[in-house]
Amino acid sequence: MAVEVPFGSSILDAARAVQVDIPTLCKHKDLLPTAACGLCIVKVGGSRKMPRACATEIEDGMEIVTHDAELTEIRKATIELILSNHPNACLTCGRNGDCELQTIAGNFGIRQDVIPRYVRDLEPDCSTGSIIMDFTKCIKCGRCVQVCQEMQNVWALSFLERGINNRMAPAGDISLSESPCVRCGQCSAHCPTGAIVENDETTTVWEALRDSSKYCVVQVAPSVRVALGEAFGYPPGTDLTGKIYSVLRRLGFKAVFDTTFAADLTILEEAAEFVDRFASGKGELPLITSCCPAWVDYMEKRFADFIPNFSTAKSPQQMLGVMAKTYFASESGIDPATIYQVSIMPCTAKKYELERSEEMYASGHKDVDVALTTREFARMIKQSGIAFRDLPEGKSDSILGTYSGAGVLFGNTGGVMEAALRTAYFMVSGKNLEKEAINIMPVRGLDGIKSAALDVQGTEVRVAVAHGLGNVERLLLTVRQARRNGEPPPYHFIEVMACPGGCIGGGGQPYGVCDELRRQRMKGIVDSDLGMALRFSHENPEIKKIYSDFLGEPLGEKAHQLLHTRYKDRPAYQR
Amino acid sequence: MQTATKSPLEDLDTEMRAEIRHCLDKWKEKDGNLIMILHEIQNRHGYVPRGASLFLAQETGVAVARIYEVLTFYHYFRLVPPGKHNLTVCNGTACYLKGSGRVLGELERRLGISEGKTTSDRLFHLETVRCIGYCAMAPAMVVDGKAMGKLTTDDVASVVEKIRKREEGESNGQSRN
Ligand code: SF4
Ligand code: SF4
Ligand code: FES
Repeated sequence: MAVEVPFGSSILDAARAVQVDIPTLCKHKDLLPTAACGLCIVKVGGSRKMPRACATEIEDGMEIVTHDAELTEIRKATIELILSNHPNACLTCGRNGDCELQTIAGNFGIRQDVIPRYVRDLEPDCSTGSIIMDFTKCIKCGRCVQVCQEMQNVWALSFLERGINNRMAPAGDISLSESPCVRCGQCSAHCPTGAIVENDETTTVWEALRDSSKYCVVQVAPSVRVALGEAFGYPPGTDLTGKIYSVLRRLGFKAVFDTTFAADLTILEEAAEFVDRFASGKGELPLITSCCPAWVDYMEKRFADFIPNFSTAKSPQQMLGVMAKTYFASESGIDPATIYQVSIMPCTAKKYELERSEEMYASGHKDVDVALTTREFARMIKQSGIAFRDLPEGKSDSILGTYSGAGVLFGNTGGVMEAALRTAYFMVSGKNLEKEAINIMPVRGLDGIKSAALDVQGTEVRVAVAHGLGNVERLLLTVRQARRNGEPPPYHFIEVMACPGGCIGGGGQPYGVCDELRRQRMKGIVDSDLGMALRFSHENPEIKKIYSDFLGEPLGEKAHQLLHTRYKDRPAYQR
Repeated sequence: MQTATKSPLEDLDTEMRAEIRHCLDKWKEKDGNLIMILHEIQNRHGYVPRGASLFLAQETGVAVARIYEVLTFYHYFRLVPPGKHNLTVCNGTACYLKGSGRVLGELERRLGISEGKTTSDRLFHLETVRCIGYCAMAPAMVVDGKAMGKLTTDDVASVVEKIRKREEGESNGQSRN
């Protein structure tokens, strides 16, 4: 079969271009090849050497055999070797049914342990409360290390020792929670096995739902609605908001809120902050967004000199949490002490955010009790026996449930910026952006750093957006440099999301993330915004009502007390 | 789950800081300087203290994770203070054939540690090497720099016990003073 591919393509990509699937375990589409597993070997010409397809560039006129009896035998032996260092624990593993190693062993029809098993005796690291690392299940593909060091530039994980003792761990005998780890969960989203998984808290939520003394309420984040479907056979990007509301009610939640409502609320506070700083000169510029807890943690550990630039507005998760336990509780006459709030998030770091600082208890209780990732949520639905695909479309509760298209955009990289600019423009000029200008295209898409200059009533507003923590340093160094030189800041407003693609690419989303998938999910978000009559956070009628009934003004005293937080300089290493 | 705000570097003494700054100056322009600096630290202290790695990372911008990757890749580097007495079992071909496995096994049992480790009282450090050129006397080991050969498990046991006795005597002597 002839195949023509761009110069520099690997043999693996060339094969994929003609629908040939060479088996792989270590290569991930987001990452450079580590050539660790050896499964992707192929034959080239008549040579006896078997190069690894993931790490070998294709050359003109190469003749490649991707599959034959001998290759299959060798691959099978390689898998058997990997399995001999892997615990036989599929049934109780967090990846059961959704594991790359399990799938490949299944595809190759491995039916017995040929090589005596040797698994090292190592305790799992559960210290972060967000992810769990079980080193015994590691196949040493190196993905997590590349993700943590290169993609995220966090350097919490390293390749320690060599040979049989080789392991992925934080530097020295410390736990992950004592390391610079920001709990983004990207390592778990890229690991091919159950070696790194989210801390599954579904049991805690089931218990709460069965406890009649608790009034269980729930919120669901924008990005969950376009990714959850992947666990139920929908194409990525399918917006399942209605079905999600239905299933949440069926699961027993007494009130179903939408984090997207609180995204609108965040925008009112943040846009007001921006206008205060930009137009009235109150406070540092650029203003930097703070709704991503992994980014907040990273900033506190690595860029604490930017604390004065950080928006003090809480994230939507925490804003909804405090509104449910204050406003909703008093409106509906429910004792906030009995309210148990669950949030459904694309994110492992959201689990950490719940207890990040004392401001997360602004209602007088823990504002959000537990955060589940999309993956845990899918698991709960499957356990519940509800036929998700057949459910009718449901509705959210009208209070804390109505949202604008701008709020939905929070799921995408650039979305917070776009939503904030729509409202900031209104706050400055007293009118909305023209219809053609509502979509702020330069901040969309998957480029690591995006920037734009907008005209707001004759004044230029310069903004920048970064996603994937690996892109942050480059951007912030330009700001630092300008500050040192006493120059005006290169940007007035910066958005950062820790995960590539933003929340749609979150560390707690269904497996299989890559740019193709991110684009599909992003399209789901953009389409949802486009399909709405309500495109501006400040026009959300419920937002208007909550300010007039309860909160007063954005940045007012009550808003400050409930909706804002503070930051601290934290050491990257605690030991 | 609120995290601490105190940096572990606050406890690092000024002497160590000065020493590392000195090394940095010295090796600044040279290739492979990270390894050279780590070498120098280990030569001085017998190991690379964690504080030294953290401080080096802060001064150079090299990630602590990378420094530990280097430190754990080479057997040469130590992360904990060495034991007071070093027992090095030869694992060369001759010794291997003549039973270095038994020698090592006996030491591991007696000391309760595996090869490459130091006892928790820091009295013994146990390691293996390729060949010490004592093949005629195989199986052999080096005890605090002194080679011993034709070892039986009884020999090994008595070496360990002798050192233990001596150390006990010393510490008793000290406490009487
Ligand atoms: S959660 Fe993020 S920061 Fe922590 S180890 Fe994984 S990739 Fe690194
Ligand atoms: S923990 Fe997972 S991603 Fe990391 S090296 Fe092991 S198998 Fe690969
Ligand atoms: S996929 Fe090529 S070596 Fe693992």
